[in-house]
Amino acid sequence: MIFPRKNSNLYLTLLRLKRNRLAVFGLAVLVMLLLTAIFAPRIAPYHYATQNLADAFEAPSGKHYLGTDDFGRDIFSRIIYGARVSTQVGLFAVSLAMISGGLLGASAAYYGGRIDGIIMRCMDIFMSIPQILLAIAIAASLGPGLLNLTIAVGVAALPDFARVVRGSVLTISGQEYIEAARCMGASDAWIILRHILPNCSAPIIVQSTLRVGQAILATAALSFLGLGVQPPYPEWGGMLAASRGYVRDYAYMTIAPGLAIMITIMALNFLGDGLRDAMDPKLKR
Amino acid sequence: MDQQQRENFLEIRDLYVQYHTDTGLVKAVDGLNLSLAGGETLGLVGETGAGKTTTALAVMQLIASPPGRIAGGSIFLQGENLLKKSKEEQRHIRGGKIAMIFQDPMTSLNPVLPVQEQIAEMIRLHRKADADEVLKKARDMLSLVGIRPERGSEYPHQFSGGMKQRVVIAIALACNPTLLIADEPTTALDVTIQAQVLELMRELRQHFNTSTILISHDLGVVAELCDSVAIMYAGRIVEKADTKNLFRRPLHPYTQGLFRSVPDLTGNVRRLDTIAGLPPDPTNLPPGCCFASRCNIAEPDCSRSRPSMIEGETGHFAACFKLGKRGGV
Repeated sequence: MIFPRKNSNLYLTLLRLKRNRLAVFGLAVLVMLLLTAIFAPRIAPYHYATQNLADAFEAPSGKHYLGTDDFGRDIFSRIIYGARVSTQVGLFAVSLAMISGGLLGASAAYYGGRIDGIIMRCMDIFMSIPQILLAIAIAASLGPGLLNLTIAVGVAALPDFARVVRGSVLTISGQEYIEAARCMGASDAWIILRHILPNCSAPIIVQSTLRVGQAILATAALSFLGLGVQPPYPEWGGMLAASRGYVRDYAYMTIAPGLAIMITIMALNFLGDGLRDAMDPKLKR
Repeated sequence: MDQQQRENFLEIRDLYVQYHTDTGLVKAVDGLNLSLAGGETLGLVGETGAGKTTTALAVMQLIASPPGRIAGGSIFLQGENLLKKSKEEQRHIRGGKIAMIFQDPMTSLNPVLPVQEQIAEMIRLHRKADADEVLKKARDMLSLVGIRPERGSEYPHQFSGGMKQRVVIAIALACNPTLLIADEPTTALDVTIQAQVLELMRELRQHFNTSTILISHDLGVVAELCDSVAIMYAGRIVEKADTKNLFRRPLHPYTQGLFRSVPDLTGNVRRLDTIAGLPPDPTNLPPGCCFASRCNIAEPDCSRSRPSMIEGETGHFAACFKLGKRGGV
């Protein structure tokens, strides 16, 4: 565990975040989700693919906490394993979008002129396509699979990051301390990485947190359409798709993955909003 | 440093800097000549828009391009033309040989880095040393400018304005530059703090034997700190002399006007003189003396050609036609 230095920005941010109950709730849910994903084989009472046709369509009970599906697989265990896909795709897709989009946005803003024009017009073209459609198109052309899913979701989110980062970098590069860094004889890369990006970390972090939620949702949507992780590996969106035929008779089969998606995204949104408030310099006392 | 280098430590010859803007070509620096001896402190005085900061940025090789461009001239530092250096060489000269102090200490420090990190950064960029050494040197610099080294791990927002300017000075001097350019270092500070910072700069100048260009529009600050003064008007030097001579007997009508517009404690003046009119439009400089339209002793001839620097007294130069005609204005 890293203990942030007292009076550092990180410390003050955490202090302010602690006062926001919803954000703390969001953070707690997120940590739980991560732990669940990491320790899935230990927590889950059954293997995700173990079929037991005799127990199919069982309602929630002490034996199967969330009941069983049409193949008699334990839904609780499948939800737990499903957390692995959601967190992985969510985190990696957003990291991909953040790093590549961030670098594109930062160079566009820093160098300006023609480079700025070329990069940002490309981003505009990307943005003119609805994100979910873009993700579907990419996923469909790359074929199903975890990696392709990550790439599809990540690329779809990339232009937003480029925009956010470009905006903040434009503001920061006009500051006098950037000029001062240039006077020190610092190189362009050094100035961007050490002086500009740390100063626009706040909007980037907020954007990332909110984006993870959207990425998880997009993952679920793609899996629902059969473009994501392939069965029998459980994915929340895929589970929704598989259970939609039984929604009249065995609603619990649909409700469980639906709730999992909802709670996760709600938690991420709470945390993102909380972080945005906590990092707003105008609220500094 | 031999005699030749000491005499011509910094030599700016016929410097032209122009900015291309939508309204036209702005001639910010228009044929500037200036030299600085080793260890000397030169005050560069002029009103807003006279080209003081542009000159400083040109010496630092930091004219933003586009829109800016050094259109001509040369800048020699210790005999080497800075304009002929490669980008990489220029980068090592910045900070290593020439350092700059900015006007506003509130904004010239990075808010997310502890101050000792920012001093250490300067050292790391120009000297090879291990991390402990660098940090120790950074803390030494802090105590040199009168800040307790323990405070080094604090962030800029925890320091007052005067303290921040001390940190900025510590950063500038961390690599022992031979030339320090201070761009209105005290303008953003209140008067008592100004005095402290000026005193500190005087001490450090002796300690490091750094040549300094002090950019200011505060004649008091210049009188306090500088060996010689250059008055800048519309992108050119109009008068240059050692401080004592210039304050005792300004030769150029513009300088005289400047002095008349400063309140004097001894006289009983009800109304301060101002220099009528505005500086010429830098996109459209007149062909003759740029000050002619505001000058109370101007003759029609003044608007025909540019006056060159004439030595009015020994070591006291001014760019005025009248000076040559009558040996004084």
